[in-house]
Order: sequence, then C-alpha cells, then structure tokens
Amino acid sequence: MLDLSVRIGQVELQNPVMPASGAFSTEYASVIDINRLGALVAKTVSRNFRAGNPPPRAAEVEGGMINSIGLPTKGLQYFLDAQLPDYKQYSPPLVASISAEDADDFQAMARDINVPGVDVIEINISCPTRKPGGGNFALHAEHAHDIVTRVRAETDKPIWAKLSPNAGEIVDVAMAAEDAGADALTVANTILAMKINVNTFRPALGNKIGGMSGPAVKPIVLRMVYQISKAVSVPIIGCGGISNAEDVIEYMLAGASAVEIGYVNFRNPTAMISIINGLEDWCNKRGIRRIADLTGAVRDGDMETDTYVAAAQGF
Amino acid sequence: MQDFHYASQPFVVGRSTDTDFPACTTVEETLTTVLSHEWVNDEYKHMVVTASPKALTVKPGQFFHILCPSSDEGDLWFRRPQSVYAIDREGGRLEFLYKCVGRGTHGLATLKPGENCNILGPLGIGFTVDSAWKNIVVLGRGVGLATLAPISQMAGDAGVGVTAILSARNKEYLLSHERFEKIGASIVPVTDDDGSSDIQNVERILLELIAAARADAFYTCGSNRLFQVMKRLGAQHGIPGQIAMEQIMACGLGPCYVCVKTFEVNGERVLRRVCVEGPVFDIQEAVGC
Ligand SMILES: Cc1cc2nc3c(=O)[nH]c(=O)nc-3n(C[C@H](O)[C@H](O)[C@H](O)COP(=O)(O)OP(=O)(O)OC[C@H]3O[C@@H](n4cnc5c(N)ncnc54)[C@H](O)[C@@H]3O)c2cc1C
Ligand SMILES: Cc1cc2nc3c(=O)[nH]c(=O)nc-3n(C[C@H](O)[C@H](O)[C@H](O)COP(=O)(O)O)c2cc1C
Ligand code: FES
Repeated sequence: MLDLSVRIGQVELQNPVMPASGAFSTEYASVIDINRLGALVAKTVSRNFRAGNPPPRAAEVEGGMINSIGLPTKGLQYFLDAQLPDYKQYSPPLVASISAEDADDFQAMARDINVPGVDVIEINISCPTRKPGGGNFALHAEHAHDIVTRVRAETDKPIWAKLSPNAGEIVDVAMAAEDAGADALTVANTILAMKINVNTFRPALGNKIGGMSGPAVKPIVLRMVYQISKAVSVPIIGCGGISNAEDVIEYMLAGASAVEIGYVNFRNPTAMISIINGLEDWCNKRGIRRIADLTGAVRDGDMETDTYVAAAQGF
Repeated sequence: MQDFHYASQPFVVGRSTDTDFPACTTVEETLTTVLSHEWVNDEYKHMVVTASPKALTVKPGQFFHILCPSSDEGDLWFRRPQSVYAIDREGGRLEFLYKCVGRGTHGLATLKPGENCNILGPLGIGFTVDSAWKNIVVLGRGVGLATLAPISQMAGDAGVGVTAILSARNKEYLLSHERFEKIGASIVPVTDDDGSSDIQNVERILLELIAAARADAFYTCGSNRLFQVMKRLGAQHGIPGQIAMEQIMACGLGPCYVCVKTFEVNGERVLRRVCVEGPVFDIQEAVGC
C-alpha cells in the first residue's frame, strides 16, 4: 500500500500537496474536491481592511506571472467570523496566513488568530507587494528572528515562517527563523520582478513592480530549498513554480517535506488533483512505498569532485 | 529509468478524467472540440465548439476562461476570458465571437476544426431579464456586442421585446445583428463613418425610446462613453440597467483578486471582482468600464 502522507512537525497531512496562500480559497470547491488536498492554506489576513494595490495587478510573463495584488483583506475579524467557519466545512487541516504592520502587530495577530480551527499559523513575513518598494521582514535574519520569537511567545500552534527569495542570504534568514522557534519554513514567496509594455512605455503593473511566480522560478527556489535543508533541521515546505508531479518529487529530493502550489492553479484549476494522482502513479511505478522517504533523498553525497575524473566518466 | 511521462508534458494536467470532477462542482475544466472557426471580418473570429452538459448550463453574460494555444514559438501563461456568444443546448454546442487583439486571441485564432480547446467554466454571474418587462434596450460597441448577443436568446424565451443599438466603426464591424434580427428585435445600427455613433445621437435615440415607453431596462457592454450615457439616463428616468465589465484576470474563480473594479454602493466606493461578483453588474453601481 502506497503511503502518501507526510508529517510537518506535529501536523500530519494526507499527502504533500497544498495550495499556496493567495492562490486559493474555498471557491476552488466549485471545480475540484478540495478535501483531497494535504491542507488548505488561506489567503494572508491583516488586522484591518486593506484595499490592495491599483490595477493592473497581474501580468503574464514568460514562464509564469508577476503580481502586485498588495494583500487586500477584509481584516482579521471577518476572517474569524466568516472565512474560518467556511474553511472548517472541509476536512484537511487549515493553515491561516498572517501579515502585520510591524513587530508588535505581528505579535498581536498571532495572539488573536490563536483560536480553535486554525491548525497552523503561516507567518507571511515575505510579501513583496505589501509595501510599494517590496521590503519585508524576511530580508534580514535579525528581523525574521524578532517576528518569529514574538509569534512563538503567543501560540503553541505550529508556526510556518514563509521566507523571501529576495533576501541576500536566505540560508541565514532560515537559520534565524528556526532558532526563534519556527516549526517549519515555507520556501518561498515571490521574486521581485517587473514588466514594461513596449507599446505604451508604461509598467505593466499598477504598482510598477511585483512578485514573480510560476514555472520559471522553480529552479531558483529549488536551489534555496536545497541549501536551506542542509542548514536547518525543521521541515521545509517547497513553494515556487510547481506544475506537475515531477516538480513535487524534485522539491522533496531537494529536502522539502511538502509543497505549496500557486500559479498553476490559475492555468489549470484541476492541477493539484492531477498532481496528487500523478504522485501516486509515479511512486507506484518506481516501487516507492512511502513518499515521505523522498525528502532529502537527492544523491549528492558521493559525487565525483575531481573535475578530470568526472570529465572522464560517463554522465 | 527513463520515464518522462509527466515531465515532458507539464501542462496536460488539465486533461483529467471524470472522477476528478465531483458531481457537486459547477465549473469544469474541459477539452472541447472545435467544430467550426471562421473569420467574420478582418478582426473578429467566430468559433463553435462541442460542450459538456456542465458547460451547457452557461447563462448569457457568463464566460469561459480559455487556455489559448500560442501563435508563435512561445507559450501562453494566462487563460483569456471570453463570454459566451451563443448557447445551443439541444445541439450540445457553444459559440464564441472574439476580436483578435494580442498573443492570446491570435493564438486562439490558429485552432482548426477537429482540434481541442481547453475551456474553464461556466464562470461568473450573467444577465437577467424580467418577463414582466415589455421592451428592453441593448446598447453595445465592439467586442461588447459579442457579450450582449445572447440576451437575444433570453429575451426571445421570455417574450420580451428588444431594441438593439449596435455601434461600430462601420457596417463591416456591426456584429451580432443577425442574432437580434432572429428574435424580431428592432435594430438601430450606428457607425462612426456616417457620424451616427456620435454620443449625442445615441442619447437622442435612447431618449426617444424612453419617451415611447420602450425602455423597461438597459443593457450595455464595450464602451465607457455609452455606459456613462445609459447610467445617467437610467438614473434620471428610473430605468434599471445591467453592464458587463472587463478586467484582466488570472484565476477567473475568485481567490486571486487580480480582476477588481471600482463600484459605488450607497455613496461608498468598493472593489469587486469581475470574475465572481460579475462580470454583469448593476449599471448604477458601476463607476467606469
Ligand atoms: C468577462 C469577459 C468577457 C469577455 N468576452 C469577450 C468576448 O466575448 N469577445 C472578445 O473579443 N473579447 C472578450 N473579452 C476580452 C478578452 O478577454 C481580451 O480581448 C483578451 O483577453 C485579450 O487577450 P490577448 O492576449 O489577445 O491580448 P493582450 O493585449 O496581449 O493581453 C495581454 C493580457 O491582458 C489581458 N487582457 C487584455 N485585454 C483584456 C480585456 N479586455 N479583458 C480581460 N483581459 C484582458 C489578457 O488576458 C492578457 O493577460 C472579455 C473579457 C472579459 C473579462
Ligand atoms: C496572485 C497571487 C497572490 C498571492 N498572495 C499571497 C498571499 O496573500 N500571501 C502569501 O504568503 N503569498 C502569496 N502569494 C505567493 C504564493 O503563495 C507563492 O509563494 C508564490 O506564488 C510561488 O508559488 P507558485 O510559483 O506556485 O505560484 C501570491 C501569489 C500570487 C500569484
Ligand atoms: S481573476 Fe482571480 S479573483 Fe478574479
């Protein structure tokens, strides 16, 4: 019997496939059976209403998209009153995602969202579209450490820190988040990017710059997961550019325990289900009994390091 | 082991079997087959496709999010929204009428009869027609005429009379008139080349219809200027109205908040998502299209 389940700290998921925050809502239940997902990840919520950024909020680019949504939210109270019960009609664990104005607000958000029904708190310290310039708490190890420490002080629920691929030294930020008590790391949010319309000479996005996601970013984020997995011992959730079952396997080999999927839901709303089916097929064909065994199974330990010897070998 | 089954076809993930679509879902990502695909003039193409029973539940004003093939060596990464132009429930077909403007629509135009097209839908909230109404007025321009065309089907079924004011650059781009002719609508073509599409002239026509008590409701799509006139006259004369809006979309389903437009409700400005809260909205709440 194939076992697709994975464990992220104390949380058991029926399979490693989750949607990425902001690319999913229960509205997907109009197209797919969302009870089949490993977990449900809600859109990032802030304390107060936010309108988000001026349109256009998304642009198609080679290999994916750039977005500058700007974290619109109806606020925390609406999340607790309306969205939480809506999510709890479904069986997978709920991952709530929070953002905040400053460190104090983050701490208060963690306290206020520490309610029954929320199974995991993902802290979105990495949104590049919240501030016009793209800045965020996950760019520096000490800021990330501070936020995770404060959130940790407020809750016993699992905390997943969502990191930014725009950090100069993402491994340092990852180590800081682990040190501060994060139960897992989500790697990563979107990569700062831009598109200019050459007919109008105008930026394609109302916010001028935005965050890129989609298949083109996968090799970049995969490399980050690989490097971070060598440096931390908490589980990693790979997130960036996944569009098929092999991409999930690749992230797991690099060190991820599970994945989150964003962009491809827009292109193929049935993708997450096809990917779960694809993982089953893939494991069955390879005779793999437990998908969790793939985590960190990349065969990089015995590679020839002598260039001349390697260049003399078959590949 | 050489097994590149998935990796070599990264995007066939949408080609799911029926088991992936639980009966309770209302929206389907499906592969349709193109039955015919003809140019109607040098800019617009008319596409007829097969449709599944779920796709055929589409109502006028609703849309499908189409995964267009590319017309060049590259790939497309967003779907393109297209409203349904005609619904043939008995024949199991859907029709689209679209303008070729950019990579997506030019790519769509390359599809030949017999080829597959991946469509997601039906999506959004469509038009409504009240059978208590005697006469409604449809005012559209450009691609908006494609979106308004299926109102003829609804009005025909409800026994409601239609005046269709169709605006275009010249006669060649006057779309959808056959669709309205079929139900015996009174058609008022207005064009740029003879100046009849002039905004004052359109306003005059609308005022005449109001005076003749032939305007129980307004419908518009495709031009901000025409919309503004209809909104103003609708407010002045207490005529309800519906507008179909457009906005760049990513998901088409509601979660991404890419497709927002500004509306004014009880004096307060709010943002609404065109894909799930529209594309058809109350004309008096719309601010600009
Ligand atoms: C609900 C809805 C129904 C529509 N129905 C019709 C129809 O029946 N017939 C028709 O001809 N057109 C219709 N449109 C417009 C059609 O979607 C655009 O013309 C098309 O997306 C342009 O794509 P492109 O790649 O050819 O153009 P490009 O300009 O290259 O597009 C670039 C990007 O902008 C987006 N985009 C550009 N223009 C629009 C637009 N007006 N609306 C939404 N997205 C846009 C595209 O999706 C793409 O992401 C509809 C739009 C909406 C929102
Ligand atoms: C439209 C859109 C909205 C997003 N909103 C959020 C958000 O609210 N919170 C968050 O943590 N990440 C958000 N993201 C980032 C995604 O969760 C994910 O990290 C990123 O898109 C990379 O994954 P992908 O390549 O599979 O899309 C958003 C991404 C997109 C495309
Ligand atoms: S296109 Fe995603 S919410 Fe409308």
